[in-house]
Amino acid sequence: MTDTAAATRASRRRASRVDITLVLGLTMLGVIVLISILGPLLSDQSLANVGAVRPRRPPGPEFWLGTDAQGRDMFTLMLHATPNTLKMGLIAGVIGVGFGTVVGLISGHFGGWIDSVISIISDALMTVPAIAILVILAGNIAEMTTMIMALVVASLSWMFTARTVRAQVLTVKERGYVEVARVNGMAPLEILFIEVMPNVAPYILASFVGTVSAAILATIGLEALGLGAQNEMTLGNTIYWAQQSSAVLRGFWWWWGPPIVVIAVIFVGLFLTSVGFDRFANPRLGRE
Amino acid sequence: MSSELLRYVLRRVIQLVLVIFVAVSVNFLIPRLLPGDPVATSLARLQTAGGGTAIDIEAISRTYSERYGLDQPLFTQYLNYWADLLRLDLGVSFANFPEQVTTMILRALPWSVGLLGAATLFSFVVGSWLGARLAWPGAGRVIRTVVPGMMVLAAVPFYLLAIILVYIFAVELRWFPPAGGVQTTTIMRFDWPTIRDILHHAVLPFAAISLGNIGFWALGMRSQTVSVLGEDYITFAEAKGLSPHRVFFWYGIRNAFLPQITALALSLGAVVSGAILVEVIFNYPGLGTLLYTAIRGQDYYVIQGVVLVLIVTLAVMLFIVDLIYPLLDPRIRR
Repeated sequence: MTDTAAATRASRRRASRVDITLVLGLTMLGVIVLISILGPLLSDQSLANVGAVRPRRPPGPEFWLGTDAQGRDMFTLMLHATPNTLKMGLIAGVIGVGFGTVVGLISGHFGGWIDSVISIISDALMTVPAIAILVILAGNIAEMTTMIMALVVASLSWMFTARTVRAQVLTVKERGYVEVARVNGMAPLEILFIEVMPNVAPYILASFVGTVSAAILATIGLEALGLGAQNEMTLGNTIYWAQQSSAVLRGFWWWWGPPIVVIAVIFVGLFLTSVGFDRFANPRLGRE
Repeated sequence: MSSELLRYVLRRVIQLVLVIFVAVSVNFLIPRLLPGDPVATSLARLQTAGGGTAIDIEAISRTYSERYGLDQPLFTQYLNYWADLLRLDLGVSFANFPEQVTTMILRALPWSVGLLGAATLFSFVVGSWLGARLAWPGAGRVIRTVVPGMMVLAAVPFYLLAIILVYIFAVELRWFPPAGGVQTTTIMRFDWPTIRDILHHAVLPFAAISLGNIGFWALGMRSQTVSVLGEDYITFAEAKGLSPHRVFFWYGIRNAFLPQITALALSLGAVVSGAILVEVIFNYPGLGTLLYTAIRGQDYYVIQGVVLVLIVTLAVMLFIVDLIYPLLDPRIRR
């Protein structure tokens, strides 16, 4: 009896620990999403235009996060930069995962030389430093916009999804119900979308989180190098401008502090959420 | 060497050649496929950046086209590109005319390789060790608090950690220099003061890259170790009465470590991408800063050259990792 009671207590404790990681992660992401939705509605965007306010003011009652070298209110800037960065990450993530899914389905389902070609390309692209190719792509585009940026980043964020989907298709393909569908005379494409696809869906969803996070990382990196859409308000551009005006050496911590905090919250939130989900879905990982 | 091993090596050689071939071709094609003339675009941007000095872009661009054969058919250009590459000729810098891109890259390369090589090796070894200790029963309190903290830290892009480190240790505390690879007044010689100066400058970038990576390796090693722990051979080794130390090293770490090496091969690209930005933050005289300066100055051939060197170096390193792998895993060797 006591053994069972102890076990129940232990498992309850384990369950509550899983919850803490997951809840913390989701809370962080929730706060960011809330800021992204409400921020632009509740603030006056003109305060974040160049020269709108007195430059180089420290944080205070008037400007909560101070103002930057170009006379922009940092607080307003953050409220508008956060949704822009998230938007880019999400668009790139959707495109990347979408393309990866199609490629993975084709590769796994049809096999043969198509599969070999796709595998070789995606393996090669996975090992190449993404930023190198992105720099060449981004550097050759005359006018950068958020949308093009998302496309550029998406072009290198489909491989992981493609690999995962391909591997799953290969296992699902051999299951009994697929065999039954084939014997019943279903067309290969029908089998692919009606029988195989729904079983691969959870894996697509899982790779979506990773892809969005990688896409945000890539956009911020490119922007910090000065290859972003320079007129857009984004977190990466804010860091670029802080770096340009030697904010760190001059002690203007409020030029780089706020974007770093927001970026850190996004990534730690994504990390905790995925760790929490893993433990939730795969309790074996949870044991210490 | 067995025939199977030979086939494995051969397949890796083909993959290496393929990656290099694709990288070179993509590097050649992208600027030519995209609308607009890269040279003209670069010069136009340079002009806007330089405050609108009246330079005849058309004339300069035409001179370049003739000089570098950009007016010839695409395939001839492609062959010429390969011929130049094989002679290690990556073109000439616009910004530092007439300096050769190859010379600039060779000057920057040792800094990057030294910093990144040391930091990656350090964080890989330390991170894997900590991850294994964390998963193994009886981990101390320090490990159980510090390592998960490192894992969370690893989620944050490490060039952002670099900014915070510069602020705390170089601007506020003034313990370390905020930028550069060596004091500008130091004459580079192989003696202790020079080496000390280089190390002193390398501490912060090294710390930034390591802090951002240790948690990543710990995370991977932890889950590998957890799955190894469930294996029968561990139970058997314990039942045989082997010392916990021996079980940990020869049965636990040895098996859990192999997937880590594959992970290292796969994530080197991401590490390099992040390290480029760390170099930019510290104005470290490596490839990252060279690339950044080239992007800012629209120094077209330098950008292309650095990118090519990054891809090829990484491909070669992956190749080496893959060749070492069979030596570590007796199951593949046989």
